[in-house]
Amino acid sequence: MIEENDTRLQIPLGTANRGYSGIIQHLSAQTAGSALSDHELESRLIELGFVEGARVEILHEGIVGRDPIAVRVDNVTIAVRRREAMAIIVA
Amino acid sequence: MHLALVGTPNCGKTSLFNALTGSRQKVANYPGVTVERKEGFFVTPHGRQVSLVDLPGTYSLRGRSPDEEITRDFVLGKADGEAAPDLVLCVADATNLRLTIRLLLELKRTGRPLALVLNMFDIATRRGVDVDVERLSKELGVPVVTSIAVRKGGTADLLRLTDEISEHAKAQSSLAQDRWEPLTLSQLRAKQREADRIIAASVSLPTRPDTWTARIDAVALHPVGGLLVLGLILFVMFQAVFAGAQPLMELLSEALTAAGQFVHEHVSAGLLQSFLAHGVISGVGSVIVFLPQIVIIFLFILLLEDFGYMARAAFLMDRIMGGAGLHGRAFIPLLSSFACAIPGIMATRVIDDRRDRLTTILIAPLMTCSARIPVYTLIISAFIPARQVWGWISLQGLVMFGLYAIGILSALLVSFLIKFFMWRDNAPAPFMLELPDYKIPRVGSIAIGVYTRAKMFLQRAGTTIFAIMVLIWFLASFPQPPAGAEEAAINYSLAAMIGKAVAPLLAPVGFNWQIAVALIPGMAAREVAVAALGTVYAIEGGKEAAEQIGQALATKWSLATALALLAWYIFAPQCASTLAVIRRETGSWKWMAITFAYMLALAYAASFAIYNMAVALGAG
Repeated sequence: MIEENDTRLQIPLGTANRGYSGIIQHLSAQTAGSALSDHELESRLIELGFVEGARVEILHEGIVGRDPIAVRVDNVTIAVRRREAMAIIVA
Repeated sequence: MHLALVGTPNCGKTSLFNALTGSRQKVANYPGVTVERKEGFFVTPHGRQVSLVDLPGTYSLRGRSPDEEITRDFVLGKADGEAAPDLVLCVADATNLRLTIRLLLELKRTGRPLALVLNMFDIATRRGVDVDVERLSKELGVPVVTSIAVRKGGTADLLRLTDEISEHAKAQSSLAQDRWEPLTLSQLRAKQREADRIIAASVSLPTRPDTWTARIDAVALHPVGGLLVLGLILFVMFQAVFAGAQPLMELLSEALTAAGQFVHEHVSAGLLQSFLAHGVISGVGSVIVFLPQIVIIFLFILLLEDFGYMARAAFLMDRIMGGAGLHGRAFIPLLSSFACAIPGIMATRVIDDRRDRLTTILIAPLMTCSARIPVYTLIISAFIPARQVWGWISLQGLVMFGLYAIGILSALLVSFLIKFFMWRDNAPAPFMLELPDYKIPRVGSIAIGVYTRAKMFLQRAGTTIFAIMVLIWFLASFPQPPAGAEEAAINYSLAAMIGKAVAPLLAPVGFNWQIAVALIPGMAAREVAVAALGTVYAIEGGKEAAEQIGQALATKWSLATALALLAWYIFAPQCASTLAVIRRETGSWKWMAITFAYMLALAYAASFAIYNMAVALGAG
């Protein structure tokens, strides 16, 4: 799964635009600047299905600052703020 | 036999619970916490009595919130005064298995007898999800059944399994050991991978996502269109509450008038007649009239929830409310507060951050709850002409909408001030929420939900409100006027004495002593104020007791007084039960006192301003 994306740049999901589609490479809670502790943020992201190798796509954005975003994770849709989505590194 | 339902939020747990237990449900609280404990009962085909507890939805057993702690403790058999369940039913939305399968893998470690229920199996099949149930059961090592909560007989497999397991459990008395402990990050990842592997092996998913959800979301989550849709939904909801309930309310009101007439004709004049006609029928009846409106508002809220729209509304409102210092998740509790602040405040438990939760609790009572509807309706129909503006919008409906809007705007303002003065330096808490696929609301499940709420309302009318009305009637009737008295009987009563004592305080905002009398019991429950006014004016009115209370007010109050009372009711902390819930939920008298004080101050200031402006404009 990761090989096909080797050539793509790894970016935090929080910076991606609507319509972006990619594969989760790893989680990096310390880069997110969330109010949650790194451990807590990572646990919650995993519980909502954000694990390495999952396919994500940004389906919708909010009106203020294009935030929050609605992300398709495999076959579930999850709403997150861009601040927390910074912890999800995709390519 | 004791069963427990566990599942992620949105897995259809509640509709399964409703399908299994029907109206045989009991709602209470867990001891010491205000988590709602929903228990229901049913009988299996083999005649076994089963009690079923619907546990709060959760993604894991970590217990991040009071709700999730209850779920964990209950499953582990550690909840106070609760026996460990004989069987844990893990409910999964069959169209969306990933997160539930991982939860199930975690549940397995608790050693409790466990079964997986693939709910909404019909929808899954229609969408092209193909589940190899036997394989899934083998991979997971637990029994798996499918169910269609909404179809008659759709739970047959589940009932049969319950029988099988309970027979099995008798034979094998020793249970597996509880090996559960909080998962580390790597264990959590491993569990999700294991879940994904099992799903890959036993479930074939359709290649395209649900097209209906995608199509609806293209509009409903559009940055601009979505907000328009949300505004339209709220507008329709309030028009329906006001205009749609009208015919039914008139019917109820006519029935009550007829009952009053009956009492007048068949009970000899005197105290008993006065008690039945004024205390019981005018008093309690004037509250029961509002049942249609309460049913309509709960109907809308339950429909939107079942449809899957509530999470969308939270998504749309997150940053907008964020500007006022609120969390997107606060939207659902605040919307529930339109029905009643008590479930609203209890629903704030979905907000994990303590500060965000406290802010939401403080402003929830500003949302116009259904108990205010009787007061608003009464005054609006007495003082606002029933005509149309721009040809199709009812002016009365528009005023009602305005009152709701003022409530919402002041809630946002208060929240902004709280955030600004108290918690300026804290980073905003995260917003993470599953947006479930849209589902056609389940008529049966909605009906049970509305029925439960309506029953609670009527029970309250029959007990608390009835007791208060008897008290008001007593205060308004005794002492009896002396022989040869010239004034209306009520002027000699205890109620008049109390009202007149308080009246000077309320004179600056335009309230007379009758309103003062009504406001005091209104502290117990807002809608009682209407009933109290009904009783006070009915007794005062004497012969014209059958006269509609609205007409009585229109002749006795000035427009300025009426508007000031509306303003008062937007803000006033007129509900003892809400204050009690705030005290319980925040765990401190301090926050309850703060809520009471700030709302009372706002109420006084607002009605003072409105009254004096209206008088200045000539409406005094």
